[in-house]
Amino acid sequence: MSLWKHHANFERHSLLLIIGIVVVVSIGGLVEIAPLFWLKSTVEKVEGVRPYTPLEQAGRDIYIREGCYVCHSQMVRPLRDEVERYGHYSLAAESMYDHPFQWGSKRTGPDLARVGGKYSDSWHVDHMIDPRSVVPESIMPPYKFLAEKELDFHDIDARMKALRVVGVPYSDEDIAKAKQDLVAQADPYSTDAIDLRKRYGAKVVNRDFDGDPNKITEMDAVIAYLQMLGTLVDFDSYKAQAPENRR
Amino acid sequence: MSDLSYETVARFAQQGGLIYFGLIFLAGCVYALLPSKKAEFKHAARMPLDDEELL
Amino acid sequence: MSAPPLKSGAPPEGSATLLIFCVIGAFLAIVGAGVSSDPIFRLQFETIAIAGVIAAFVLNGKLAGGTLVDQPDRYSDNVIKAGVIATMFWAAAGLLAGVVVAAQLAWPRIFYFPELGFLNFGRLRPLHTSAVIFAFGGNALIATSFWVVQRTCKARLGLGITPWFVFWGYQLFIVLAATGYLMGATQGKEYAEPQWYTDLWLTIVWVAYLLVFLATIWKRKEPHIYVANWFYLAFIVTIALLHLVNNAGVPVGLLNHRSYGVFAGVQDALTQWWYGHNAVGFFLTAGFLAMMYYFVPKRVERPVYSYRLSIVHFWALIFIYIWAGPHHLHYTALPQWAQTLGMTFSIMLWMPSWGGMINGLMTLSGAWDKLRTDPVVRMMVVAIAFYGMATFEGPVMSIRAVNALSHYTDWTIGHVHSGALGWNGFITFGAIYCMVPWLWKKPAMYSNKLIEWHFWIATTGILLYIAAMWVSGIMEGLMWREYTPQGFLAYSFIETVSAKHIENIIRTIGGLMFLTGALIMIFNIWKTITMPTPETAGTQSADDMPAAPAHAIA
Repeated sequence: MSLWKHHANFERHSLLLIIGIVVVVSIGGLVEIAPLFWLKSTVEKVEGVRPYTPLEQAGRDIYIREGCYVCHSQMVRPLRDEVERYGHYSLAAESMYDHPFQWGSKRTGPDLARVGGKYSDSWHVDHMIDPRSVVPESIMPPYKFLAEKELDFHDIDARMKALRVVGVPYSDEDIAKAKQDLVAQADPYSTDAIDLRKRYGAKVVNRDFDGDPNKITEMDAVIAYLQMLGTLVDFDSYKAQAPENRR
Repeated sequence: MSDLSYETVARFAQQGGLIYFGLIFLAGCVYALLPSKKAEFKHAARMPLDDEELL
Repeated sequence: MSAPPLKSGAPPEGSATLLIFCVIGAFLAIVGAGVSSDPIFRLQFETIAIAGVIAAFVLNGKLAGGTLVDQPDRYSDNVIKAGVIATMFWAAAGLLAGVVVAAQLAWPRIFYFPELGFLNFGRLRPLHTSAVIFAFGGNALIATSFWVVQRTCKARLGLGITPWFVFWGYQLFIVLAATGYLMGATQGKEYAEPQWYTDLWLTIVWVAYLLVFLATIWKRKEPHIYVANWFYLAFIVTIALLHLVNNAGVPVGLLNHRSYGVFAGVQDALTQWWYGHNAVGFFLTAGFLAMMYYFVPKRVERPVYSYRLSIVHFWALIFIYIWAGPHHLHYTALPQWAQTLGMTFSIMLWMPSWGGMINGLMTLSGAWDKLRTDPVVRMMVVAIAFYGMATFEGPVMSIRAVNALSHYTDWTIGHVHSGALGWNGFITFGAIYCMVPWLWKKPAMYSNKLIEWHFWIATTGILLYIAAMWVSGIMEGLMWREYTPQGFLAYSFIETVSAKHIENIIRTIGGLMFLTGALIMIFNIWKTITMPTPETAGTQSADDMPAAPAHAIA
């Protein structure tokens, strides 16, 4: 009988009602989300994934600012047509340094998880200035202002510090040289690019992404980001059928 | 925690979740159907209708 | 608000504290805006400073003039009146933004402006979703919850001036979020776009909201808490929980608008969709079910069909919803056990959803004739029907095989809108059509004919919208996976985009019709409020209803 009496309290007293609500709603989330942090198999071990360079991170911040994710996913599903259309299906490891993730939920435009290297820099410039000049039936907004606006990166080292706090493994040197790295990557003739590649890997390319040598624009940053998307993982060394990669 | 396998987690979450749900659901049903609560619920159901009487 | 003081009395509890809070807040915001070198941060904090200064001036004027008087023996209805007006204002704004983004997809050459990049789709869509969900829906929830909790507890809203703080604080949250999106301040997580300082502000407002709600419940006369309040409470508590976890982040600096979330990649994805799905489950479902459990019985003048069912409905619904999030991540890099769990609970969710639908619909048993005679009842019943349809469609779409087709397509958008326009929109409109005459002491709405027009125009608009989205969604899903006999993909991506042109036009027209209906409603409400008040109000104050005597409230 005492149990029933307890139930009556539970019903009558709002605090107990709140406790009931909290208990019921929090356990589901805990059981589903918490194991993702412990389970080693949640994120595969792959070769090649690295944090974003300062220029790429600046480009990613613009990608987020403009809300690109509302129309473009970054998640190729392991379905035949998607793998043939976009490339190898996405791995969890490929977004392990993404704060926030940008998998998206809607493809008003195509998936961008592997857009890196598919088009030339100048195609991207033309496409973003006026999408319908290269794809007449496109419904994408124009991003002419990206080509005109100089990139504001005065706080890029502070951004990288914040990212390090949440778990992105930038070294002290990466942060100290953030501005130098950023400028180097946008300059095809930079000698600092050697140092940049030493820390971020041999695949990092320094070039004038937007074709405007006079200034580093937001367009430079966005294209630097787009051109590296999906290119990091070395799929020659990744064995999808290996037991440790089956989830 | 490091030796948690995929299978362990899957089993715990799926079976445990279902059992937990079954218990909560049963408790909810028992509570709702308690004969001793009948009068209270009947009264409660009229609360939106009678709310201007005291004004 | 504008009522002359009937008697001299003390201002509501906490008025002076709130005044000091506004002054200090405005001062800190001015300092922050002045010191920061971040232009977005500066603009956002200037907005906060302006809001603080205006609030301080108005509050000070009212305190000095003695027009702000606590009336402990009456229901606080002025804040609900303000809530009703805000709800309709944001409805118009949010629906207009929706029509604009739909038109951008249909006619990109006309509705994009290369010189006005802040009006691009990517910035306006979060504005549209936040405006309809959080501004329109949120104000509707706050206003109706304030009405319902007072009436079912027979007690005035608790905590003195705090309900007004909740109302205006929430409007500031909306303005900060909306102007932030246009400037480019976003966290890049759907339905959780506002940046860290806006999130912190919402947390303060939300805690105040919870305390007002609880304080009112604690003053109640009857031991039983009516079930609608359970749903409101679950909505308030769970949204707080979701908001805090999903928005956990690290600002780049205390004077910098940008922040980065603590989670990354796959963990961030699941946290986000645990949040996103339960924003649907607790904001758009539990809160609006609370409206259903009060306003439907009230309007048809009979008790809810089964009170017992409503209790089972409550616990089953809040339990199951929490688990269903992973169905947004089928076939992604999320481990499959989590996907399976999400799918299983999503299918189970069908049962409590339909239990609630049946409970709402059957409340009309014996009064079905009201469907014909009362357009407000018809609106609420159609809302419940759309709820039933959307909560049947949802579990179907959560099945992995179906989701493989439906995900990333317009089908999802159609599903969302049958819930948002049909369920949330219509149940809110129904509740407001009920409340406006009650609040402003009028015998009825100005025109029943106009409610009829609203109903039929909006219903046709919804049907056009969701039919177009079903067609375009399934079409593009099928086109993406279609192969030629030689084994090549049949369509390039852009062909699937141009194939949807007609559907995008139809959806724009559907949205425009829904907006038209809302504008008719605003006109109708305006005419109702400005109608001459009948004499029956007698000696009572024109703006506040008397509540139960204070001594009767245990």
